[in-house]
Amino acid sequence: MYKILKKKILNPTVTLMEIDAPFVAKKAEPGQFIILRVDKDGERIPLTVADFDREKGIVTIIFQVVGATTEKLNHLNEGDSICDFVGPLGVPSHVEGLKKVAVVGGGVGCAIAYPIAKKLHQLGANVHSIVGFRNKDLVILEDEFKVASDAFFMMTDDGSYGKKGLVTDALRELLENGEQYDEVIAIGPLVMMKFVCKLTKEYNIKTIVSMNPIMIDGTGMCGCCRLTVGGKVKFACVDGPDFDGHEVDFDESIERAKMYQPFERKAHEEVCNLFKKEVH
Amino acid sequence: MPNMSLKRNEMPTQPACERNKNFKEVALGYSAEQAIDEAQRCLHCKHKPCVSGCPVNIHIPDFIAKVAEGKFEEAYQIITESSSLPAVCGRVCPQETQCEQKCVRGLRGESVAIGRLERFVADYHNENIKTAAKAVQKNGHKVAIIGSGPSGLTCAGDLAKKGYDVTIFEALHLAGGVLVYGIPEFRLPKSIVQKEIDTLKEIGVKVETNMVIGKVISIDELLDEYHFEAIFIGSGAGLPRFMNIPGENLNGVYSANEFLTRVNLMKAYKDHNDTPIQHAKKVAVVGGGNVAMDAARSAKRLGAEEVYIIYRRSEAELPARHEEVEHAKEEGIIFKFLTNPIEILGDEHKFVRGIKCVEMELGEPDESGRRRPIEKKDSQFTIDVDSVIMAIGTSPNPLIKSTTKGLETQRWGGIIIDEATGATSREGVYAGGDAVTGAATVILAMGAGKTAAKAIDEYIQSKKK
Repeated sequence: MYKILKKKILNPTVTLMEIDAPFVAKKAEPGQFIILRVDKDGERIPLTVADFDREKGIVTIIFQVVGATTEKLNHLNEGDSICDFVGPLGVPSHVEGLKKVAVVGGGVGCAIAYPIAKKLHQLGANVHSIVGFRNKDLVILEDEFKVASDAFFMMTDDGSYGKKGLVTDALRELLENGEQYDEVIAIGPLVMMKFVCKLTKEYNIKTIVSMNPIMIDGTGMCGCCRLTVGGKVKFACVDGPDFDGHEVDFDESIERAKMYQPFERKAHEEVCNLFKKEVH
Repeated sequence: MPNMSLKRNEMPTQPACERNKNFKEVALGYSAEQAIDEAQRCLHCKHKPCVSGCPVNIHIPDFIAKVAEGKFEEAYQIITESSSLPAVCGRVCPQETQCEQKCVRGLRGESVAIGRLERFVADYHNENIKTAAKAVQKNGHKVAIIGSGPSGLTCAGDLAKKGYDVTIFEALHLAGGVLVYGIPEFRLPKSIVQKEIDTLKEIGVKVETNMVIGKVISIDELLDEYHFEAIFIGSGAGLPRFMNIPGENLNGVYSANEFLTRVNLMKAYKDHNDTPIQHAKKVAVVGGGNVAMDAARSAKRLGAEEVYIIYRRSEAELPARHEEVEHAKEEGIIFKFLTNPIEILGDEHKFVRGIKCVEMELGEPDESGRRRPIEKKDSQFTIDVDSVIMAIGTSPNPLIKSTTKGLETQRWGGIIIDEATGATSREGVYAGGDAVTGAATVILAMGAGKTAAKAIDEYIQSKKK
């Protein structure tokens, strides 16, 4: 069992948890992920490592409540435990040797983008961070990003905070103004990453994306998380989750992400109803 | 007087029309009377050919003699001298090509039903006998086992019985390997696997789940930092193959590993379970091994109306166990022999809607000795399906190989060992089972675990001197 040491609500749907997991903390690197199971009949879901403290043996996860399992997880509190927590899995992000990077985060994807920006900053790179949210209420990790960035750009869809527009609008402006990046790192919804890649392709800037397909084991034994990169089939859990965004078949990944949508909707409703009943 | 009936006692089973709608065990097992009667068919031959047919050389006529006398627990003790997982092996071993193939009674009539008797004895013990595990004098030496499948469990059991401090490291959240994620409940109830693992824990074996060796801890760290004196790698062959045909990434195309993991390990077949699975109406399973049979029969139980096995050779070449093929047929699985898929077709939402195949004919034997299938000209046809399960084999996962310096492997990923001992190119590191051979059988993996346990014991004892 893995104890929840800290729980912090970041916005109405996004929660941060610190988990007591010394083995994972000892090896984790930015870009890697964990698989967890909330309870003994639970499913296995992947979440990216948002932060870690090797000495204290703590791993931080940040998740958005989108379905049954994240709903259940969000109902747990400090001192509660989760059943399984395995990792670190996947290949760490390659950040060494980069001098100037644009880190682009969308929504809860910022939780994955942040540790990478932090690591780049620690390594002395010039980091421009562009983060995007639907509205002001959903903003997370703003202060953390500012500390890790040489320049910081906040975008909201409705203009309720920062500048109105999409992350691609901000990135395009920077590129048009002649900013030169060794690499762009984009993490967020598939559609966002797809359009960031479309933009950077015009400028011929290498772009790394962190893919988030459906996973089960996360160790390479099933191929559920497969995607097409450069015309070849890759397993995101062992070959990724980072890939060259200009090589990824985003349309295929977007379709594959819809595989269980009706099931997920139903499961989420059932869990919500369950929690409602408990309240009465 | 031996029972000279040419036929073995029938195995009671659930009727096909009922069992293809549930996940309960198909074969129900012998009653005590049936077991005693069957045991009396053994002639107790002096040269005991059956024993040589068993990869772990169980003293077969001896345990059968005890069954015939009704001394079931004594029979169990005889089996467990050689085998750690009798309730499992009695169910899933391909006995027809092992012990039972060598049985003298099989020369005229049917061989003694050794597997069924082994299963009866193990089930009898598990249901009726509650003895505390024999305390073993600890010898103070630490051994790590990577993987909790049949080879790892066997190696762990043998070493623990010799007094070693054994820790099994398992990547998934449940121990058992293919016994829990691969072989379905209707062939091997998970409570039986759990019982066998609990028995190992009682004799002191520690099981650490959620430990992906190569990621969480490396082999070198186990040796240097955690002071294990020897390691056995039994990590299996869990990397699925795909055909690399168009449409393989459509929604509704599964590797058999994914499909069976969702069904068996995650129990997606149960209502209100958190892990989803597609309940397809028409399913094509590509392949002809036991994994293909398991996937097809599981798909049927999930409610599919039509389930096809698509196999590129003919029925005679099917690698699956004969009994499983028979069960599949009884349950209504449709076999398409000499058929090979060339493309999977999708609808506008990228969900599977059909599988395009060609007919094959058999040519000259290839290097494996099997006749090579050749495509028939202009023989394309399409089967309407909404799910495709690829069961065309697996290979060893490269994770341990890629994170362990100096561990030599074959080009296809199998760990290279000395067959007599299981020793790898790294001192103190042994390996066995599918990680070495590629996908094979439970009992061969157990045999490899036994061989390595013996070699590890000799290695550590010789170091002491």
